[in-house]
Amino acid sequence: MKNSSPISSTNRLLLILCSIALLAVIFLPIWRIELDAAQYPEGLELQIYSNKLAGQVDIINGLNHYIGMKTLHADDFIEFTVLPYIIGFFVLAFLGVALSRKRKFVYVLFGAFLLFGIVAMVDFYRWLYNYGHDLDPNAPIIVPGMAYQPPLIGFKQLLNFGAFSIPDLGGWMFIAVGVILAYCTWNEFRRAKKRNLSQV
Amino acid sequence: MNLKRHLMWVTAVAVAATSFQACKPRGAGSAVAGNAAERTYVPPGQYDEFYNFVSGGFSGQMSVYGLPSGRLFRVIPVFSVDPEKGWGFSEETKPMLQTSHGFVPWDDLHHIEASFTDGMPDGKWMFANSNNTPRLARINLKTYRTDEIIEIPNTGGNHCSPFTTENSEYVIAATRFSVPPDGPESDVPISSYKENFKGHVSFVSVDKETGEFDIAFQLKTPGVNFDLSSAGKGVSNGWLFMSCYNTEQAHTLLEVNASKNDKDFIMAINWKKAEEYVKAGRGKKQTNVRYAHNKWDEHTHSATHEIKTEVTVLDVTEFDDLVYLIPCPKSPHGTDVSPTGEYIVGSGKLAALIPVFSFEKFQKAIANKDFEGERYDGVPVIKYESALHGEVQKPGLGPLHTEFDDKGNAYTSFFVSSEVVKWRIKDLEILDRQPTYYSVGHLMVAGGNSKKPYGKYLVAYNKITKDRFLPTGPELCHSAQLFDISGDKMELLLDFPTIGEPHYAQAVPADLLMDKSLQIYDINANKHPHKTNGESEAKVERNGNTVRVYMTTIRSHITPDVIEGIQLGDEVYFHVTNIEQDWDMPHGFAIKGANNSELLVMPGETTTLKWVPDRVGIFPFYCTDFCSALHQEMSGYVRVSPKGSNVPISSYTGEKAE
Repeated sequence: MKNSSPISSTNRLLLILCSIALLAVIFLPIWRIELDAAQYPEGLELQIYSNKLAGQVDIINGLNHYIGMKTLHADDFIEFTVLPYIIGFFVLAFLGVALSRKRKFVYVLFGAFLLFGIVAMVDFYRWLYNYGHDLDPNAPIIVPGMAYQPPLIGFKQLLNFGAFSIPDLGGWMFIAVGVILAYCTWNEFRRAKKRNLSQV
Repeated sequence: MNLKRHLMWVTAVAVAATSFQACKPRGAGSAVAGNAAERTYVPPGQYDEFYNFVSGGFSGQMSVYGLPSGRLFRVIPVFSVDPEKGWGFSEETKPMLQTSHGFVPWDDLHHIEASFTDGMPDGKWMFANSNNTPRLARINLKTYRTDEIIEIPNTGGNHCSPFTTENSEYVIAATRFSVPPDGPESDVPISSYKENFKGHVSFVSVDKETGEFDIAFQLKTPGVNFDLSSAGKGVSNGWLFMSCYNTEQAHTLLEVNASKNDKDFIMAINWKKAEEYVKAGRGKKQTNVRYAHNKWDEHTHSATHEIKTEVTVLDVTEFDDLVYLIPCPKSPHGTDVSPTGEYIVGSGKLAALIPVFSFEKFQKAIANKDFEGERYDGVPVIKYESALHGEVQKPGLGPLHTEFDDKGNAYTSFFVSSEVVKWRIKDLEILDRQPTYYSVGHLMVAGGNSKKPYGKYLVAYNKITKDRFLPTGPELCHSAQLFDISGDKMELLLDFPTIGEPHYAQAVPADLLMDKSLQIYDINANKHPHKTNGESEAKVERNGNTVRVYMTTIRSHITPDVIEGIQLGDEVYFHVTNIEQDWDMPHGFAIKGANNSELLVMPGETTTLKWVPDRVGIFPFYCTDFCSALHQEMSGYVRVSPKGSNVPISSYTGEKAE
């Protein structure tokens, strides 16, 4: 069982740290959309947590009615129910892999985490797309051809509002966890290769 | 030859005439500091250093300016109605202007003083007095609204007010026009002033937390005119000093008859002693008074009005150690206590010098019983010299008020010679004088009445403006003039127009206040009995001929915006709740033909407009404050039918339409 040989203790420590970091992510804002307009020099902010929306949701909803956007309600998203459990699953998975010491599990974990990251971003994009495009035809303001999909990441001007979308603290931690996991996977892969070579 | 001689004469006369012209001192040409523009310029988007709270005099309002820019930020109705804000027009605000005489929609707001903690402005409230129907007001510095007004009984013209003690334990109110005490026995001949007219000095306590007023006690004094006062601080904490004129006790042609005595008085009151006497039950309860006490409630967004009928009065002539008189030349106006509390400056309007009294000497004089042989109407009179620190000689003409800086200097305003004079307290030496344009009344140094003046700026509030601004007909604004007093010489930086007639003012550092300023009212904390909790609860209810419209506003529609079933003879109350929770998003409300003003409703607030329709027809209403891109669409209709019509009460907005 060459692939199941023990993980280095450094990597195990890193995986435990990742597990703790992911536990924190459950309670931290993951993504942030900042809105700026002439009338809002102080800015408006929408924060997305694993289980809720925060920031000036009511004010943003109030403004969005002009362009016929649906109002945002956390209850409308199955994601807010599921996401904390998925992240919780990864908290346990990282811890489990570290304790199991099995190299093979690192590869599996990396694959699963990468898949989760991609699915999450696709879901987020779909979410933004629907809100930006599914507009009430009776809205007071209709600009032909105009959609109001905020950017997945980065800046976009939507009529008088500049929308700036970036990961928040939890999101950055999530990315860091991904990078560390990628490093561990690569490191273990190399160690495995070396060992294989030396055994030849 | 002859011609030559003639020419010589002509030239000589011409030269002489020109030289005479040159001898004439230069007029108001204006000595403005060279870089004044730079020093008063606050670039767009940046903030002023100080908030400047300025009394509005006969406008009944208080205005809020920035210093050093002189920009006007806000005008707050205090003793006045204000249609812009619906103040005194909405059902909620009407009780604020109730008095024992009924609804008094105007008054003469004279002075502003900050609430103090340990002799420094604490940023909680501003106090203001009214000089006509005697009242005292408290203005909230979070909401910039008048929170409370209390009427002062036994008083005619509350001029000597609203000066407060070192920790704002009390705000002072006192009569400028002595009158017989309230009650049926006040029907006396006016010529019986000397026997029947009395002064009353009110000590109005201020609750440390809520700010609520209560007339703790009044001191009944001989009948004189109280002009201004200043509470002791530091070494003199526990005392109050008040200027008295008309010690002649004249009741007619005061211009002449109240200007006869060589010296009038500064009345020194040991208020801590008065407190003790009241506690010991030495005061008399007077129950034939009637005075209003009006309070604003931030949660119900409404004022309450009640009439009180009792006040505790101490007759000062019954006590030997409560009140003393210090002679002060010629109808003193300002009485101002230096930052340390040691010096008391009396400004005799008609005097050619400024006496400065020493608190220490005054205390010694009391201990040594250094009194004049005769009491004044039963009150002991200290010998002038015994309390005197010294006199400022030849300061100017018509001294009115004195303020202090942080370096031991005093600044006195001179109405007649139209100037501000800077002098040193220690040796009474005059250091500088600068003209004002024209005839300065009050002046204010930033923190100049506190224990640690902020200094830097002095503002002169001038009574006469004449040619200083573009003319606007016979009625001109009063002007304020900003001086930089950080150097040895005062430097004129700026003229700016003011609202009404500015008397006293206060300046408070911006950072003490700006973060406390409220942005919205929390809609969940709104306890108005007629609040509409969201659009789904908007409705119209009839009860007899009273119709209540529960209405909401949010960008950019009013709910309901179609109202039918109103009949002639109905009294309609529009209870407008602004359900916005966003900063700077008020909505207005006005309806055609209302004998009333608009409403201006802040986010989270409920305000009520009463409307009695006078004819059958369709009446549009709309939002008056341009709130959003679709503000012009923010309107609706009321249908008014004849009395007894069978049109049912109904209302809707948008989707309920067929």
